[in-house]
This record gives sequence, structure tokens and C-alpha cells, in this order.
Amino acid sequence: MRTPTIEYLHLFTATGTLIPSMLGRAYSFLDWDGWSGERVVLKPDGTIPLARLYIDNLSEQKIARFFYITNIFAFEETGRENRERWQCGAEFLGGGGFVADVEAILLAQDVLRKLGIKDIELQLSHAGLIKALIRELKLGPDEESKVTNRILEGDWRALAEAKTTNAELSGVLSQIVSLKGKSSNFLQNLGALFQHASPNFKLALGDFMNIAALLESLDYSYEIDITAMHGFEYYTGVCFEILSGGEKIAGGGRYDDLIPLMGGENIPSCGFALYVDPIMKLLPLENRGEVEILVKGEELTTEVARTCFTLAQSLRDAGHATELALNLFQGSEQERNGYRWVISVSAKKPFILKDCKQRQQRSVTSLAEVLDAIGTK
Amino acid sequence: MRDCFVADTPRNDIMKYQPIKFALPKGRFLTSTARLLNELDLGFADYNEKTRQYRLDSTRFPYLSAKVLQEKDIPVQVAIGNYDLGICGLDWIQELQTKYPASALVKVSSLDYGEGTIYVAASSETGISRLSELPRQGDYRIVSEYSNLAESLALNLRIRRFKIFPVWGAAEVYPPENADIAILWQKNESDLKAQGLVSLAELLPVTAYLIGNRKSLESKDLSQILERLSTRFVATLSSCPIYWAFPPDKSGNYYEQPLKSALKQVQGYWQIKEIKLALPDGHQQEPTSQFLEQTGLNFQGYSGEVKTRRPVSDLDWLGIKMIRPQDMPLQVANGNFDLAITGKDWLLEHLYRFPSSPVKELLDLGFGKVKIVVAISQDIPVNNIAELRALVQSGKLTPIRVASEYINVADKYLRDSHINPYKLIPTWGASEAFLPEDADLLIDNTQTGRTLAEHRLKIIEVLFQSTACLIGNKNSIDLPSKREKIELLVQKFQSHISPLP
Repeated sequence: MRTPTIEYLHLFTATGTLIPSMLGRAYSFLDWDGWSGERVVLKPDGTIPLARLYIDNLSEQKIARFFYITNIFAFEETGRENRERWQCGAEFLGGGGFVADVEAILLAQDVLRKLGIKDIELQLSHAGLIKALIRELKLGPDEESKVTNRILEGDWRALAEAKTTNAELSGVLSQIVSLKGKSSNFLQNLGALFQHASPNFKLALGDFMNIAALLESLDYSYEIDITAMHGFEYYTGVCFEILSGGEKIAGGGRYDDLIPLMGGENIPSCGFALYVDPIMKLLPLENRGEVEILVKGEELTTEVARTCFTLAQSLRDAGHATELALNLFQGSEQERNGYRWVISVSAKKPFILKDCKQRQQRSVTSLAEVLDAIGTK
Repeated sequence: MRDCFVADTPRNDIMKYQPIKFALPKGRFLTSTARLLNELDLGFADYNEKTRQYRLDSTRFPYLSAKVLQEKDIPVQVAIGNYDLGICGLDWIQELQTKYPASALVKVSSLDYGEGTIYVAASSETGISRLSELPRQGDYRIVSEYSNLAESLALNLRIRRFKIFPVWGAAEVYPPENADIAILWQKNESDLKAQGLVSLAELLPVTAYLIGNRKSLESKDLSQILERLSTRFVATLSSCPIYWAFPPDKSGNYYEQPLKSALKQVQGYWQIKEIKLALPDGHQQEPTSQFLEQTGLNFQGYSGEVKTRRPVSDLDWLGIKMIRPQDMPLQVANGNFDLAITGKDWLLEHLYRFPSSPVKELLDLGFGKVKIVVAISQDIPVNNIAELRALVQSGKLTPIRVASEYINVADKYLRDSHINPYKLIPTWGASEAFLPEDADLLIDNTQTGRTLAEHRLKIIEVLFQSTACLIGNKNSIDLPSKREKIELLVQKFQSHISPLP
């Protein structure tokens, strides 16, 4: 799915889905009809435009799985970081229940694994549970609003500092959020601590336990970190973050209210986004899409050039990304870029095939022999 | 803190201290700031209501100089480092910091004076008195001089849909007909009431603030000045983000608010007026009022002794409000007014930005003539735009800093003249104060050119002549219900235009 880079600001405010501090960092400006007072923004989020596109054009599909690769924009307060970031996301519209959540979590992990990213850690939280927990504090409306806002901004001290009549609970709660659960037992314990909590709390906890149990039975490890959720108001159920080497590389969750809030039908949804920029830094070399073969002409003659072109074309046909270097200077310059294989072509056969990884070279006489050495894709 | 510091030791201060530049406010805080500086003996005796000077040198501290600027310009000028210190109201500081929290502006301290409050207000006719009573389902029109504060407020209140009309002033006259909410400075609530408005919330109290540039505070010795000013520091409550208005609902969601009834529709006199006319305040009021008198039309509250922002005409189908001429093209384009008397300069400024705008000039009224000129310091050896281009290209004035009230006019002119690269510094009038230290070129209006000459500036090009004109919205002119009445007014005006000399 591709959605426009420039969208109306009201698309993002209308649903109450992005927290004010995120919207405040959106690049907003006037359009050609600026006298109307309407503002447009550079897309600050990938999910909401996709939900809009679905509601406008595709809502006859009650179950729909989409993916997108898009750039999103935000003011960086320091002015030193990137203001444009890339995301690759998947959304499961119509996907209800804990099984859909697990499907999304597994898909995100599988993609990352296929990319060759190691040491993937999964952190789980639950927006419905957090909202229910805050309700348990029985704060006044103003105080509750303040606490919720601070938590959405990632400031969990708000729980301990809340002006509540239920100080005991607030104490327990601020301890709990600092714990990291390693199995669904943690959630059992949580349930035991809040036995008299609201039905909403119990519902959310039950949902969370189902997800944890299913992941466990599938042998996926995870950590329950209640605080691993912030920034989005639109989550209603499980939220997850995926980290590698301490860096967040993906995030997602359930947002059942989004489509109905934006004027669509009452269908549940969940999804996630992979953060392309940190992922690029973690990718193993061979998966970065870099060119693996250099075909180098040792002399600049028509004959050599023709052989080089033919050889490169055959290698490409066999699925290998191949670059050409048709004079000596170019060849030695390009070789520095680092290739897996370098094939030198001169008027006298055979070719020289250099294996840059094993630091070996040998003569080859035919394309078949080259392919034999490097393998077909 | 320096421990062995003696403030008044006579010595060659210039040798010891780097020059310090202080930005001082015009307008509402001028008198009180002048009194403060006088009491602290900072040596700015010329800084007072009567001064026409922008540039002042301290007679007390030889390394200290000051410039008198529009209050709104001061936070920006300090943030970009043109001034080390400045004094201005908290409202203009927040307006900058809301949007640019990482700027180099440091709020040093509140001073012991100030005036008024920034209110979030609505018309008293709408029937609400607190921000929390505002139904969020509406599509709100918010009018304000503080467009960043307005946007931030709307976002924090999680208002689902809103439009912001940034204005140069007179925000109080827009509600309820032309805006639902105004965010504005007023001295007190009774002033607000007198405008027919009710305060929904007090956004911030406007005290005078000492601000500083972060780099200057980190590395320059400002101690002698700070020491004096610090005797007048007062503590203020930390201003926190605006969170109070909409508590979440029972399940903790912000957006599942029970539907409250929409804002009461105000069926005032304004709705029944078939033609809405905007008349200018400020400098243009006097000549416009004289012109209107000649036409024989009576505009009670516009001409004469008692002025009001809502003058009344003998023509019972004519609704009138007095607003800033700068704001008129936009207000005519968005349909808030059918007609307005503004300057050609502001019309062009609008049309350059929004070429497909439905606003057009209906009649040149001939009075209020000014020239829009390009001027530069007399010390710079250029006499025309071609020479200027060559100078910028040679790298001697790169990027050229251009101060202008008319940012779109300036932008177009610089593009068309192939002046490159340039930096545009938007000002709130009196751009000549910026040259030569804080800008190299100005694009501004002048009547006689005398002020420019007084500030040692020379005109290198006249862009166009601007006179007062009647503007209208193409779409409303074409409506059969309006055409006849608009034509009647145009004819009345036309027959009294004095021929151009």
C-alpha cells in the first residue's frame, strides 16, 4: 500500500490517535488554500493513512492483510537526528482476538530473522491493562488525565507520584511496572495482586495471558515489560517492541478502536512496523543488497568489452547482482568497494575468478564453470 | 559565581568585556522596562516613550548597547544570537518555545512587573464558561496572534478538527461570528468582558521576562548586567503543558467522550447582515474614515469620537467590523467578509502566497499612498539591484539577510531578481531597526523616505506603489443576492475617489 506523503492534519487529530507531543513535532504548513485555516502535514505516522485508505476504498474486504514501506517525518528537537525515517509495516485489518496478535508478532520476528538479524528480544505490554490499572487508582479526572499523559510520554514515575486515595495500590503498582516478567506466571501473579480489580482489568489480563501462553507453547521467548509501550494513544490491547542489541527495531500492537473512530466499520485490527533505519545498521553484509560480483576488463578492446557484457548479462540472468568495470583505473577503484567475487577478463582466455572472501583465485574457462564456483540463485 | 567580583571598580571595561547587546521592548512594556533600567542605573536614559532612536549605547557600561525592537521579535533575535539578553513578555517567549523547544533561548527569570494574561476566550453568547465544556466534536475556528500556542492548545485539548486563523491583531473582534475561540492578551477579565468575551481558561500570566542567548550565558561575561537585573528577579510558577481540559473516560480513553451538545449557534445581528465589510484600524483608520465621510455614508463608531470594533452603518444590510488591514485578504478569502478596505501591499502579499485565492481588487481608493521599497545601508557600495546581485555573488554578503514585513513580496522579489542565497527575516514592522547589524537589506513601505534616510539607508528600488483599495471575494460578488448591494457600495465609493495628483 502506498499512501500520500502530504495529508491533512485533521486526519491525525480527528481520531485522537497520536499524542499531542507527536503531533506537535509534525511538519505542518498551509496548502494552496491556506486561507481556509486548514493545515497539511508531512505524514507523521504510517498506520493512520493506511486506515484512511482502507475505509475509503477497500472496506468491503472484511479481512485484509496489508503491508507498506513508507517514510515518516518528525521535527527532531535536537536538529541533529534524521527528520525522515523509514518504516516497513504490516496491518491485519479485521484480525480479532489473541491469535491475530500472535500472528502479527510471529510475522515481525520471522521477517527480522530472515534478514539475518541476531539476538532478537521481544517485549510485551498491554494498553488495555495499563488503562485499567490507572483506573484502579481512582484519581480525580484532572489527575487521571495528567497521569495518563505522562505515561503516554513514557514517564512512568507518574504512577508513584499520582495523588491517589489508594496509595497502597499505587505503591504496589509502581513496583510492578519495574518488574520484567519472563513467563505467563508473572501475569498470574499480577492477577492475584489485584483480585478486586474491575472486569475491564480482568478481561485485559485474560487476553494478555492467552497471548503469553500461546507464544510460550510455540517456543518463542519474551519479556513482559509493562513500560514497553508509549507514544501511541491508539493501542487498545497487546503492544510489543522488538529489540536487538538494546536498540528498538520494531513495534506494534492491537488498535481495535482506530477504524471505527475514523468513521469505518467496527472491525478489530492489529499490526506492526519495522524501523528500517536501525535495522539497516544491523543487517549482515550479504543482506544489504550490495553487488556481489565485479566483471573487470583487463584491456579496453571491443572484444574484451563484448565478453564482459555477455558474461555480466549471463550472471545477472542467473540471479547475481553484477557490476562492470571496463578499464583498468575504473577496475582498481571499484574493487575497493568490496565484492564477493571479481572476474578478470582479458583477450586471452581463461578468466581469472577471484574469491575475495577465501582470498583465493583460479582460472575458469566457461560461464558454466563460473556458475559452478559461485552457485546459482 | 565569581567570588572576588567588585561591581564598580573603575577600570577600562572595554578592554575587559566583550560587547553586550541587549534587546529592549517597544509598546506595552516600554515604560515599565525604562523605569527598571533607570532604577538599576544601566545608563539608557534615552530609552523612553518619546525616543525615535532604535540604537542606544549605555552611558554607564561602555561595552553595553541596546536596540529597541517589537516585542514579538525579541525572543527570535535572542534565540538566533543577535542579542545576548532581552526583555519581553512571557507570551512571546512561549510562542517561540512551544514550537521550537530546542532553541538557544534561555528564560533567565521573571521580572517584578508585567501586565495582563493570555486568555482562551469565546463569545459570551456561546453559553460556555470553561474549556472543559467545549464539545470536541466541533470543527473549531481559532483566531490568534499566537498561532503556535493556538496549535499546541488545540492538539493538547485533542480537538478533533480545527482551523487556525493567525492574525496580526484585533483577535477580540472575531468571535463569535468569524471564530469560535480567540487566544489573546488582555489586561484583565473585565476588559475581556467589555469585548463580549468570556474567559474559558487563563493560559499564562504575562510577566516581563529576562531572556538570554544560551551561548552568551555560557561563555560571555554578562555578570555586571545580570547582577543588577537579578535584584528584580521574582519566582514564577513553572508553566506546565496544558493537560487539564479533557479527562479520559471510564475506560481510560480520551476519545470516547460522551457527546455534548454542540456550541450554541449564535444568531446575532451579524447573520442577518447580507454584506460583511471589514474596515482598517491603525494608521489607515483616519484616512479611511475621512474618505467614508465624503461618500456620505454614516459609519457610527468608526469616524467620530467614540470608536468601536463593530461600527454601525445606516445601511441596515451592512455588517461591519474593524480589524487589521494585514489580516483582511485572508479574512475575505475564507468568506468571513465579503468586502474590505486594505492596502494594495497586503493584497499582493496575500496573492503571492495564494495565487488561486478568490480575493480581488474591486476599486483603487487612491488615498494612503506608500511606496514599497528595497533599501540598504548607505555604507554598502551598491546603487541598484544588479550591483547588489554582483556583490552577493562575489560572496561578500552571503547569504544576504533580508528583513521584511512582507515575506511573500520579499520572497518573490528576491527570487525574480536572482539574489541568491538569501535569508528572510520576518518582522512586525519597522524593519529599518534591523539594519545594518541584524539584516543587510529591507523591503518595507515608506511614505516620504525620510525615516529611511534618518537611519542612513538608501533606496535601491521601488517595487510598487500601494494605495488603499476595496477588495472583495469573487465568489460572493457573483452571488445574485449580493451583487446588487456590492455594486451599490462600489459606485458610492467610486464617485468620491479624488483623482490622483
